[in-house]
Amino acid sequence: MATTTTTVPSAGPVVGSRSFLSRLREGDEIARLITFLFAASVVLVTLLLVFELWQGSVLARHKFGLNFFFTRVWDPIFDQFGALPFIYGTVLTSAVALAIAVPLGIGAAIFLAELAPQKISDTLQFFIDLLAAVPSVIYGLLGVFIVIPLMRQYIQPALKSTLGFLPLFQGPAYGVGFLTAGIVLAIMVIPYIISVSREVLLSVPRDQREAALALGATRWESTWKVVVPFARNGIMGSIFLALARALGETMAVTMVIGNTPTISASLFSPGYSIAAVIANEFTEATGDLYLQALIELGLVLFLLTFILNGLARLMIVATSQKGGGMGHA
Amino acid sequence: MKRIAGWILAALVLAGVAWAQSALLINGAGATFPYPMYSKWFDEYHKKNANLQINYQSIGSGGGIKQVTEGTVDFGASDGPMNDDQLKAFQDKHGFGILHFPTVLGADVPTYNIPGVTGELNFTPEALAGVFLGKVTKWNDPLIASANKGVNLPANDIVVVHRSDGSGTTYIWTDYLSKISEEWKNKVGKGTSVNWPVGLGGKGNEGVAGLVKQTPNAFGYVELIYAIQNNMPYGRVKNSSGTFIKANLESVTAAAAGASKNMPDDFRVSITDAPGKTAYPISSFTWLLVPAKFSDAGKRDAIKGFVSWMLADGQNYAEALSYAKLPKEVVAKEKLALANVQ
Repeated sequence: MATTTTTVPSAGPVVGSRSFLSRLREGDEIARLITFLFAASVVLVTLLLVFELWQGSVLARHKFGLNFFFTRVWDPIFDQFGALPFIYGTVLTSAVALAIAVPLGIGAAIFLAELAPQKISDTLQFFIDLLAAVPSVIYGLLGVFIVIPLMRQYIQPALKSTLGFLPLFQGPAYGVGFLTAGIVLAIMVIPYIISVSREVLLSVPRDQREAALALGATRWESTWKVVVPFARNGIMGSIFLALARALGETMAVTMVIGNTPTISASLFSPGYSIAAVIANEFTEATGDLYLQALIELGLVLFLLTFILNGLARLMIVATSQKGGGMGHA
Repeated sequence: MKRIAGWILAALVLAGVAWAQSALLINGAGATFPYPMYSKWFDEYHKKNANLQINYQSIGSGGGIKQVTEGTVDFGASDGPMNDDQLKAFQDKHGFGILHFPTVLGADVPTYNIPGVTGELNFTPEALAGVFLGKVTKWNDPLIASANKGVNLPANDIVVVHRSDGSGTTYIWTDYLSKISEEWKNKVGKGTSVNWPVGLGGKGNEGVAGLVKQTPNAFGYVELIYAIQNNMPYGRVKNSSGTFIKANLESVTAAAAGASKNMPDDFRVSITDAPGKTAYPISSFTWLLVPAKFSDAGKRDAIKGFVSWMLADGQNYAEALSYAKLPKEVVAKEKLALANVQ
């Protein structure tokens, strides 16, 4: 939306000097209208989606009210529905995924954009784009056949014996659970972070680097203190993209998370996510209330994505003011 | 212009010919469990009746009930019978009822992965309910060990695995547990998805099987056909006559025969925990859901024709696909009930 509002006024003076009819004949007006419709369709689809979810969950919303967010029980037989364990699982797995993927992804992007020779950078980028295009069920299979056994046999026992005093790493090691889901999600979102961040870093003007080097900065100093801050907004954008993907991921998560609605401080514990429970139960949901509770979960996921994105945007505004408006990428 | 008109005419004629050839298309939707059987049947029946095409979408039992009630498909299919509310909803919407026709039988089997134990284990109903309620937590619990004398069961924690997706398999399993355990019935109940007291969830039979195979000391349940096709080990279950029975096509059909004496006229019957010495207790019918009235006589005759073929010749295809055949008594009763479709 920001782009449409900024481009239209800037095009205004040029456009305004001719009559509407001549603009129409020359095609400018048509192009403007068509592109405006395309941009508006995004908003329209979003509103329609919210409207449908809102309408479709009317029974459940009235029955459970705000308690829906704070109830732990999900019982289709006795018609008791609460979203808390699913919200918890969705947020926790996404947080674990970002905690792993952000440093790895940004580090790799810096290497590819700033330090690696052109040839290596392009070759690696090809593989990264390939990874981004792999369907999520393949990542799920990777999780089932490689990550879960590794977790159960090596990683979880090792974490338990070294960091077992933390509540994060306690309880039986099933292999499936929050940590495994977070790791699989991290593998899935890293390509997005690398790919977008690399493009942003490459688009930083050459004179910024040269100015830093001329002032006596080392190669790393110019990268870390000048180029990366300059590209900060774009890098943040790549993290949002990764977060959105992680929050909504369904197939790969349901294959490795354990599908048990639990709230536990331990990352070893099996859990459940919103997208996974919808995918699992929607086809066989028969009662009206049951179906509507699932639709309301969809609404909750939408809300969650909205809030998290909003918070992240606020964070950008706050930090870019502190940085003195440097990050205008 | 003339040429264009000519082309349009030719296209219309061709379309008319194509229309006449595929004279009748019947749509159905529902259960995924009998899908391989149904697609085989519809294919074979199409070979015999070239002008009839039956189209079946395996979207799940819940979806099948929903779509047939809304009238978007000609018939539905379900692994669990419709409940009274669902029947009433159909009656209210259409002004006539819907009939259940059992087609084949399925069963659930307990499967496990205990390091060092290779033989077939025996399970009592009490042990199964105890494990899934989370009360029996160790493999060497007396409830399990007493039925398995001579097997060296370890003192390890049992890792319970169940289906995470809504499924007919879960319906059969929880229907059985509700019958043999009062506590299960009151606390958890039966359904395609339930609020499990313990355990990990796997998506689909393959998800449960994968978790059981990978996790030491795991215990789960899968569809009998899935276990047979994938050569999975599974245990015997004690039936209502006190015998430990292994699930196979004969013992599942025997369960249906044992229950058929008390078969209600609408065929909505659960055959879990069925009487009979050789009956496997965790078995179930799967049903076609056929509206009692059709406004289109052609569709009505086609569906009736298919059901009577399915009850006779169609049954012979069942065992090759590892589905258990209907017992004779049930077939005879269904043939009579077919007259109620008008």
